[in-house]
Amino acid sequence: MKNREITLHINGEEYRLNVAVNRTLLDVLRDELGMTETKYGCGTGECGACTVLVEGKEVNSCLTLAATMDGKRITTVAGRADFGRLDHIQQAFVDEAAIQCGYCTPGMVMKTASLLAKNPDPSEAEIRHALEGNICRCTGYEKIVKAVKKAAATMPGRAAAVEPCKEVVQ
Amino acid sequence: MNVAEKPVIAAASLIGQRIQKKDAPEKAAGKTRYIQDMVVPGMLHAKILRSSRVHAKIKSIDTSAAKALPGVHVVLTAADVPDQQPIGVARDHLPLKGERVRSLRDEIAAVAADSDEIAEAALKLIRVEYEDLPVIASPEDAIKPGAPLIHPTPLDAHGRPQSLPPKTPIAFAGKPDNIAMRFDYTHGDIAQAEAESDVVVEDSFQLHYVTHCCMGVSGVIAEFDASGNLLMYSNTQVPFLHKREFAEYLNIDPSRVRIIQPPIGGGFGSKLDIYPFEVICIFLARAAKRPVKMVFTREEEFLASPTRQPVLLTLRSGCRKDGTLTFRQVHTLHDNGAYTSWGATTPFVMMQTFSSLYRVPACDYHTTVVYTNNPYAGSFRGYGNLQATFAIEQHMDMLAEKIGMDPLDFRLKNAQDAGEVTGQGMTFKSCGFKECITTAAERSDYRKKHADNIANRNARGPVKRGIGIASMLHVGGGAKIYPSDGCGTILKLDDFANVTLITGASEIGQGSETVLSQLVCEELGLPISAVTVVNNDTAITPWDVGVHASRTTFIAGNSAIGAARKAKAKILAAAAKKHDCDEAALDLRGGFVVVAETGEPVVELARLMRNLHFSDKAELVMTTFYYEPPSVHQDKAFKGDVSAAYAWAAQVVEVEVDTETGIVKMTKVTGTHDVGRVLNRLGLEGQIEGGVVMGQGYALTENLIVENGVTRNPNFRDYKLVTAPEIPEMDITFVESMDGEGPQGAKGVGEAPAICIAAAAANAIHNATGVRIFGLPFTPEAVYRALRGKSDKPHWPAWKPE
Repeated sequence: MKNREITLHINGEEYRLNVAVNRTLLDVLRDELGMTETKYGCGTGECGACTVLVEGKEVNSCLTLAATMDGKRITTVAGRADFGRLDHIQQAFVDEAAIQCGYCTPGMVMKTASLLAKNPDPSEAEIRHALEGNICRCTGYEKIVKAVKKAAATMPGRAAAVEPCKEVVQ
Repeated sequence: MNVAEKPVIAAASLIGQRIQKKDAPEKAAGKTRYIQDMVVPGMLHAKILRSSRVHAKIKSIDTSAAKALPGVHVVLTAADVPDQQPIGVARDHLPLKGERVRSLRDEIAAVAADSDEIAEAALKLIRVEYEDLPVIASPEDAIKPGAPLIHPTPLDAHGRPQSLPPKTPIAFAGKPDNIAMRFDYTHGDIAQAEAESDVVVEDSFQLHYVTHCCMGVSGVIAEFDASGNLLMYSNTQVPFLHKREFAEYLNIDPSRVRIIQPPIGGGFGSKLDIYPFEVICIFLARAAKRPVKMVFTREEEFLASPTRQPVLLTLRSGCRKDGTLTFRQVHTLHDNGAYTSWGATTPFVMMQTFSSLYRVPACDYHTTVVYTNNPYAGSFRGYGNLQATFAIEQHMDMLAEKIGMDPLDFRLKNAQDAGEVTGQGMTFKSCGFKECITTAAERSDYRKKHADNIANRNARGPVKRGIGIASMLHVGGGAKIYPSDGCGTILKLDDFANVTLITGASEIGQGSETVLSQLVCEELGLPISAVTVVNNDTAITPWDVGVHASRTTFIAGNSAIGAARKAKAKILAAAAKKHDCDEAALDLRGGFVVVAETGEPVVELARLMRNLHFSDKAELVMTTFYYEPPSVHQDKAFKGDVSAAYAWAAQVVEVEVDTETGIVKMTKVTGTHDVGRVLNRLGLEGQIEGGVVMGQGYALTENLIVENGVTRNPNFRDYKLVTAPEIPEMDITFVESMDGEGPQGAKGVGEAPAICIAAAAANAIHNATGVRIFGLPFTPEAVYRALRGKSDKPHWPAWKPE
């Protein structure tokens, strides 16, 4: 398998990598960089657990070849929390009990970040539609929808939501 | 803070509050490490080669090319582990299959390699020669006389059935028929009860395959230390049962098995049994002398993790004109699949619903569980109760209609009350059943909508509205399915008055860490943040039977309270001695020892704890408590009060049925649950909402399609889980019946919310259209056909005794 030199900007840090061309972004994040916060749920783009932001836009990292990401800015759920502090979306998920087993949570948080960047004041129908590609088996989605509403209401400086957010919102 | 600066502390309770989940911040930040995320230095990666035939003899297995692949460390087949022991409740299942495969998921070989990719490549190099055998794809075929056997008795050199010592496991001795288990229960005189009935209805019901779809797939890491002690990292729900069973299979002392559970990415019953992949991973680690990790792909999770058991069920129900139930007679045929797991034992729960949900003078219950070449069934949230309730609650509506009685009044007339003892010996001490029915009905405006919908069936427009109700009974105080149903707690306070709660109960996402901390803090007057929970290591935690039967809050909760009360007594005695007051007059509040009557602080708890630690005769506050509920292991006739408390619920489902397309939209669910008492309101709501949506999936969209033994839709694209846009409006309320044995009065609720939804949906579709559908799921195609009289009504007369 051929390799390719790439540079990824992940959560504000630069990583120079030599990756096999068949490796997905999810593989590289998890297996090569040890960034296990992004989850494998299906590997076929059907569950949304692996959602990350590339240049501020949501992608299924399990369907994205790492070699095509050269020079891109990538945000994972870990990039949203500062040491000991969650960002407003993460905090909203905690406050609204939108987390049970927690396995879908990183993808849900990133999907929310993408939604709120495009639409800072989504209706309930828009929230539900935006979450359509993300499966949660525990919560029944009700509290996740509430968390997204709360995240929208507590979003600090709305335009900055796609960047790693270090404001204290607790 | 000095006591002098502290104002009076009023009594405050955490019970019923909305408490954030303790592990939620870690999960929100992505810091939680599930088994999928774990790396052990030196570990190998393992994959399993599964059968490509549904039912076949294995003629030969050639692993030479796989073994030669660089990066491959171990390749194992059954021939390499001649000591392997059969697993499962019926001991009919060898982890690695050497002579015969009985289902498409069957494990033939396993590889441990430097990477998943190499292990995968090695599997492709393994050559297996098969000789196909006839496939038994349905339980009806499996019980036909002369049907080919799934577990035939092996033949000796002369072609005669081998004679083996009694009690030889089925995996070695075989079975002369395809019947895995039978269950027979009776109370009352059925013939007389039928003779006294004014109305009798009889129908067959067909329940389908569904599977758990935990977001975190199955996985395990196994390693041995230098002394041959086994360490397993496992996402099991039953670590202590696992420990014992692994020891048995490996023929080692159980003290040499340690199980650590990383946080679990969902369970719902799927992680309640030992499965071949876990045993195989141990074999690989033993052979490789290195840690070995095995994690399923999503496709593998669909193909090789357990299912909810499909059931064909024929029910006869009778009542009098005045609405008094007279009898129920039920025969069920369960598709066990090729091997026996807990799915086979779900009749324990099903018969409770038939015998005891309503007062019924006579009940006759029979189940035959049969082997087929299908995927095998395990336990799944509700444990048979969804299937039983689907049949019973449709019959309740049908009987009511026949005698011209309102379906609510009919249910209320027959509903159980506190104080009843059922035919099975279940004793209902707390029972808010009737209040559940009336509350859910009133909040949903059931009576009016039910009548209006019938009146509007012939109105113009393709979309018809329907409303339906269903009720449920489930164990809510544990279930003594083993001789013990206990849980132990070790509790300690450090010199800053922080608590470490060491409990046997596992956290699988349901919020046990939080509710147990809450119960402890209620006793000790501390904030939830003062508690650290240790709950995932069999070398540290005390015994617990596992996460099943909706038991954790009730059983582990009572255990935690017991330990906390002992600690409190110790603390108050020490405070009374030191501050020269009467310990009976003291209480713990807000981190202080206070005078109970006035709330006046006596001493800060942290200061008292330091004094205790550093005094001449130093004493630590460490307590233990073991809680065993006052329930009984049922006898062979299935009689006995199996749970210390029982949970009740009624759920009203509203639907819109598009009669032109067959699409059923679930618009609203109004649920009222007798939970004993609300502990963590936030966690409780989350459990109920999640269960309702799981029930919605069972009713409308989820369907694991198994054709001739082959699973056709092992992915989320074709196995349709409900997603956010489709969830109904939910109105969830609680009845607090204050159970006398429950922790702070609470009862278990984990399984309850999923149980009624399909039954209530069936009644709602009938209310909308006048058409009753006896099989699940209510997919557009199934509903479209049923509305046009084109669907085959399930029919199973074979149960009738000759």
